[in-house]
Amino acid sequence: MTKNAKILIKGGRIIDPANNLDDAMDILIEDSKISKVAKNITCEADKKIDAKDKIILPGIVDMHVHLREPGREDKETVASGTRAALKGGVTSLLAMPNTFPALDSPENIRILKNIVEQTAQANVLITGAITKGRLGKELSEIAKLKKEGVVAISDDGSSLESEELMLEALKIAKKENLLVIAHCEDKRLCGNGVVNSGFTSTRMGLKGISRESEYKRVKRDIDLAEHAGARIHIAHVSCAESVEIIAKAKKKGIKLTCEVTPHHFTLDEEAVLMFDTNMKMSPPLRSKDDVAALREGLADGTIDVIASDHAPHTENEKEIEFERAEFGVIGLETELALGISELVQKNVLDWPEFVRKICLNPAEILGIKKGNLKPGADADLVIVSPDKEWIVEKSGFFSRSRNCAFLGRKLKGLVEYTIYAGKIAYKLE
Amino acid sequence: MTWTRKDLLGLEELSKEEIEFILSTAESFKEVSSREIKKVPALRGKTVVNLFYEPSTRTRVSFEVAAKRLSADVINIASETSSVKKGETLIDTGKNIQALKADIIVMRHNSSGAAAMLARNLDISVVNAGDGWHEHPTQALLDIFTLKEKLGKIAGLNVSIVGDIAHSRVARSNIWGLTKLGAKVTVCAPPMLIPQAIEKMGARVAHKIETALENADAVNVLRMQFERDEDAAFPQQLEYFQAYGITQERLDRANKDILVMHPGPINRGIEMSSEVADGANSVILEQVTNGIAVRMAVLFLVAQASGKTEADAE
Repeated sequence: MTKNAKILIKGGRIIDPANNLDDAMDILIEDSKISKVAKNITCEADKKIDAKDKIILPGIVDMHVHLREPGREDKETVASGTRAALKGGVTSLLAMPNTFPALDSPENIRILKNIVEQTAQANVLITGAITKGRLGKELSEIAKLKKEGVVAISDDGSSLESEELMLEALKIAKKENLLVIAHCEDKRLCGNGVVNSGFTSTRMGLKGISRESEYKRVKRDIDLAEHAGARIHIAHVSCAESVEIIAKAKKKGIKLTCEVTPHHFTLDEEAVLMFDTNMKMSPPLRSKDDVAALREGLADGTIDVIASDHAPHTENEKEIEFERAEFGVIGLETELALGISELVQKNVLDWPEFVRKICLNPAEILGIKKGNLKPGADADLVIVSPDKEWIVEKSGFFSRSRNCAFLGRKLKGLVEYTIYAGKIAYKLE
Repeated sequence: MTWTRKDLLGLEELSKEEIEFILSTAESFKEVSSREIKKVPALRGKTVVNLFYEPSTRTRVSFEVAAKRLSADVINIASETSSVKKGETLIDTGKNIQALKADIIVMRHNSSGAAAMLARNLDISVVNAGDGWHEHPTQALLDIFTLKEKLGKIAGLNVSIVGDIAHSRVARSNIWGLTKLGAKVTVCAPPMLIPQAIEKMGARVAHKIETALENADAVNVLRMQFERDEDAAFPQQLEYFQAYGITQERLDRANKDILVMHPGPINRGIEMSSEVADGANSVILEQVTNGIAVRMAVLFLVAQASGKTEADAE
């Protein structure tokens, strides 16, 4: 086997919160690892990259991605999803278990592992389903899923209605040292809602999804996790009350983390008023006050992680009547630029804090040795032009799907290179 | 002013001036229906397709009459007889109609926002004939036209809308239109049929029918559809009539010239008594007549606007 090329990246601003580093330095990559980070490295290299005026951060770790394989290869595949990831600067991602079949058994996990082995272009981690078929009725054999290598369990897309079952799952997760990711949505409280409940649902003549349906379930799941002593991570927080409940629980010392998506920290419910189905997602876009609360939660540390909730759907499932259209938007290729445009440029987070939330924190929560640029670490990194502007266009996606909430929007921050496992895995053309 | 919209999707997006322009255009078309030969050549050579995904007789017939009085050719498509049942998407159906070189689609659909989606995807005009619970702009325009004809103005009027506000596109369009023109709107229904944050649309909420009728210049009574929403707890029919039904006795305590309106079809003995429906305050049949003039105006204006865009492109 040939040795991976030696790559020397010169003069970029390196942001690596794991090392408290934010400085112009050079990086040397050898044998798929970061070999040296220092000023003025001079040595021979197979490839030299001039990173002047660029920012270098660890490869993004996106802990909320729907790759759709196996079962819905028309929406996305492991190959297309990981290519999209690399284009967006994501080198590690956590695949959600709502595939067909669901990732609820060792056999099904092995199906995905095989596909990943053959086709993945980036590091794919796997979430196991908490219940069989994600139906919320009977627990999966969680210990066996762990043996197959899942790093977390979740019934993402649904929430367990049964408190007893959720508690049982949390207890097993605690024993197996597995993270539980909770999609918090009480179906009894949101019914068949499709947009934020309130003035928006009223003026659009659509059924609403209440805030209670989220935050009451957040509260319940945190209480259960505390009781079980398990690690819980709250997925896609969307409203102010949830942020408040999480902040209080953290203050109390409960082992708890949470994430927000770029669409929830960028867009409010007014974006949906034209019945654009690319603005239909679960949880729904909420009010301006909620967006402010999410940004505050990011700034004050209540919200640990930025994750895309990349949810590809075909045009046939999106370009239909609003009520019938699928929930969800793609996000792998826009999350870095949205973070730069909406958080860093608008002074919600400084660069190191932003990198912490999109690289380091998710890596630590998932217990993987990623998200940092220490010498010896895996050479996963992104070189980005922070001020370069680009327009999100339908034709530009590497994802198989086009259901993006930001079509036509001008964003700042363009990925020039993504290096994964010591190789240039994506380069801007 | 000149009309520039190729579509009419709702009253929320229209300015006061645009609404007034439709009303004044309708005024000039009203006379056509009283002629011996009830026809003008305004849309001769144009094709109007009535695409109805929900059963409707009066709105469909009203649009058909309006289009024919403008000399347009009219095709009616009802969901039972179309490829809709074969699973064709709405956009595909629309594009097929466009490929037939039709000029205007008048659509009734049970899904809120369906008209907006179709309009975005087509170059030809789309007129919303009711989408889900969202809007029914021509109904509100004919209500407003009737009010203005009877009372001479809209600004300053007190108009009450009584009935299932939560599930009513007629209520929503009326609230937007009336408040833009300066009327004060009160909605009245049992609490579970008042949608959240309706005040933000500019309407006042009354839970008692007496409050709604007090000082009202007009009351617009909505059809109660008890079968509609399986999720919500609905009051019993008789219970509803006792609490909210418009009876002569209740009218006698209101402003003596109060106008009684209804978008039809009436459930006699549920929303209002027969006595009221047929009584001196009722303008229900005049609404039906005015509906033709208003729909003629709307078809004429959207056809003009999309004609202009074609001319500009050339």
